[in-house]
Amino acid sequence: MGSYILKRLLSAIPVILGITVIVFLIMSLIPGDPATAILGSYATPENVAKINKDLGLDKPMVARYFIWLGNMLTGDFGRSFSLNRPVIDEVLERFNATLILAGTSFVLCAILGILAGTISAARQYGFADKAITFTVLIGISVPSFFLGMMMILVFAVDLRWLPVSGMYAIYGGGDLPDLIRHLIMPATALAAVATGVVARLSRAAMLEVLRQDYIRTARAKGVPERRVIMGHALRAAMVSIIPVLGLQAGFVLSGAVYIEIVFQWPGIGRMLVDAILQRDILLVQGGVVFVAACYVLFNIAVDVAQSLLDPRIKT
Amino acid sequence: MTFITWTRRGLIAGAAALLALPAFAPSADAQTPPGVLIVGQIAEPKSLDPAAVTAVNDFRILVNLYEGLTQYKSGTLEVEPALAESWTINDDGTEYTFKLREGVTFHDGTPFNAEAVKFNFDRMLDENHPYHDTGPFPLAFFFGSVETTEVVDPYTVKFTLSAPYAPFLSNLAYPTGLMVSPEAVKAGGKDFGRSPVGTGPFKFVEWKSNERVVVDKYEDYWGDPAGLQAVVFRPITDPNTRVAEMLAGGIDMMVEVPPTSMSEFEDDAYKVVEKAGPHVWFLILNAKEGPFADKKVRQAANYAINKQAIVNDVLEGTATVAAGPTPPAFAWAYNDSLEPYPYDPEKAKALLKEAGAEGAKLTFFVTEGGSGMLDPIPMGTAIQADLEAAGFDVEIQTYEWNTFLGEVNPGLEGKADMAEMAWMTNDPDTLPYLALRTEAWPDKGGFNSGYYSNPEVDKLLDAARTETDQAKRAELYQQMQSIVHDDAPWVFVANWKQNAVTTDRVEGFELQPSFLLELKDVTKN
Repeated sequence: MGSYILKRLLSAIPVILGITVIVFLIMSLIPGDPATAILGSYATPENVAKINKDLGLDKPMVARYFIWLGNMLTGDFGRSFSLNRPVIDEVLERFNATLILAGTSFVLCAILGILAGTISAARQYGFADKAITFTVLIGISVPSFFLGMMMILVFAVDLRWLPVSGMYAIYGGGDLPDLIRHLIMPATALAAVATGVVARLSRAAMLEVLRQDYIRTARAKGVPERRVIMGHALRAAMVSIIPVLGLQAGFVLSGAVYIEIVFQWPGIGRMLVDAILQRDILLVQGGVVFVAACYVLFNIAVDVAQSLLDPRIKT
Repeated sequence: MTFITWTRRGLIAGAAALLALPAFAPSADAQTPPGVLIVGQIAEPKSLDPAAVTAVNDFRILVNLYEGLTQYKSGTLEVEPALAESWTINDDGTEYTFKLREGVTFHDGTPFNAEAVKFNFDRMLDENHPYHDTGPFPLAFFFGSVETTEVVDPYTVKFTLSAPYAPFLSNLAYPTGLMVSPEAVKAGGKDFGRSPVGTGPFKFVEWKSNERVVVDKYEDYWGDPAGLQAVVFRPITDPNTRVAEMLAGGIDMMVEVPPTSMSEFEDDAYKVVEKAGPHVWFLILNAKEGPFADKKVRQAANYAINKQAIVNDVLEGTATVAAGPTPPAFAWAYNDSLEPYPYDPEKAKALLKEAGAEGAKLTFFVTEGGSGMLDPIPMGTAIQADLEAAGFDVEIQTYEWNTFLGEVNPGLEGKADMAEMAWMTNDPDTLPYLALRTEAWPDKGGFNSGYYSNPEVDKLLDAARTETDQAKRAELYQQMQSIVHDDAPWVFVANWKQNAVTTDRVEGFELQPSFLLELKDVTKN
């Protein structure tokens, strides 16, 4: 197992290097440059050239790539010109906020999705199954940003139960209950679609397993139904559910962008959108590489978990 | 059926959890505290170093932390003393000597004096200054004509300009000219912009990225103290979320209310304020080649577009129809006799026929967004429809803002016949000087992307720039406006009215024509 993990980690290196090349090329080749973004209507060629020089963008592209890569290997991600602070500080702070949001959504969608799928499968075509399938369909169909805005109108503006936006109260907040109050709406809105997907796939996976002979055997020898479902069937179905969960983790991470905008959550998705519009090259590059690296590592973790659950998957 | 019982219990637990939800909610009377104003901003500030920023969004915070040598008189765009008590200008307009206010301290306790003024301008303008690397300073060219800054005595400072430059005084009132504490720059280096120190009525307390910037009343302020204990600036980028925060009581004031949301605030619990600013939204016409090379066709376009309908229906009354190149907010320099081109499609058709340009094909550059561009796509399509009704054949090409600037600023030649554009400036000199003179064609480094050229206009603008008598300057600008109005190098479309909403707890708030957000005299109970 140790050598398997090591092998997977080594194979991630070229992937991440490839990402650095791609994001660097995209940021270099898209039209518009940081100087124009800073100067707006004042962007004369003369002013643009001066700002580009101040930002070190007058060097050849290849040289800039290797300077950036070299600096990054020593832990220096450079300085964001649009936020006027080190890229790594900003990325870590923002990624932390996204992790709280996406992590909560992920846990919500995993628990609720698997639970709903399992109940559906256990009561196939029963009332519970139909009710869940119907709810799940709505969850999948409603765009998360729309759901978010509707939740704001109902729970924040009309009922005033929950705060509209932000991560902490502006005054007198900052503790865990405050964070939870701010987290409820965005996490639910973000989890809705993923929960639906997980529920549907869990249902299918469970139905598949429930048709197996050993389930019939278990039932025949009088194992209680609850243990058949939760102990025998779900455990086996998890092998096909976990890769789906891995995919959904990526989905909630990327879906977080919309939710972060609607709920003004200080996460990394919104940071990247702003940075792209500002042509804040170093911030975009640093942010994308960081997120991509996390995603690659997370997928390795999922694969490892899967091989632990199912020894048939060769390491 | 154990399984079912288990889910039932689960359901009950779930329902209980849902019911417990309001327990997290604040009690109904939890409002924002008195004396603390919470402002909903449109974006996170980039930096709080006045020399380093260009966005109005950042200026709104800066003018409460810092002061300049001059400032705009409340409610106008005319200049009055601030940190400078008085000044003298030599006869040829190249030497400005300022007598500084004594007894002013920066928030870090260091004194404000002539040395501090010199440090500020040298930092921005002298590439060899030890703290020039705390930039870049994108708007330093506002002071590009400053050759030297000299300390005459501790409270007298003299600027020598390379050529007479009348907008100098109003540029000093612009946020780029706000005075920062030299000691704080030395201590903070590149991070000064995140821990700003000025002389203003509020002092900086904290900046939590993407959450808030907090400023407190500065107790040792030299003038009348601020009416608020503290101000919190919150960035809320999504306009709908900003409106929701205002409705839910999370903020006390919001700026840039989307036109379609204005009706939400008709209730007595809110106050809506509006102010026309130095903004003009126009279409650059390519006067070098194609149909718009003919003045009659340019005038036809001005007649063909129903500006009143755009202002009323697309912009929901948040702007007024523009009459010429200079916004009326520059009251002292504005030519009151100018009338907007009336909406007259028949006249447009007749002019087109006269010019033999019926059915002329036009390429129209439209942006998706951008500073001061209001609602550029719906405005662009409304303009397209009006022009087509008058007999043009218009094809729209849409670009993202930065790409758009990259296409438009180098000039429209060979690419397009017209393009959307908007400017917000602080002096009536800036926009026409940069965008209407022959010497400002793109290949000479200006913004005259439509290649308009009229020697008379060039002469008036050059003369106005060197004239230090305001009344004479005003006359020159007024003549320039009449000529440009008739030549129609642009289609003059709209002047934006800035708006803001406050709750009824906020008193004494006024929007300024400069678009700056001055909060010193505001109170909140």
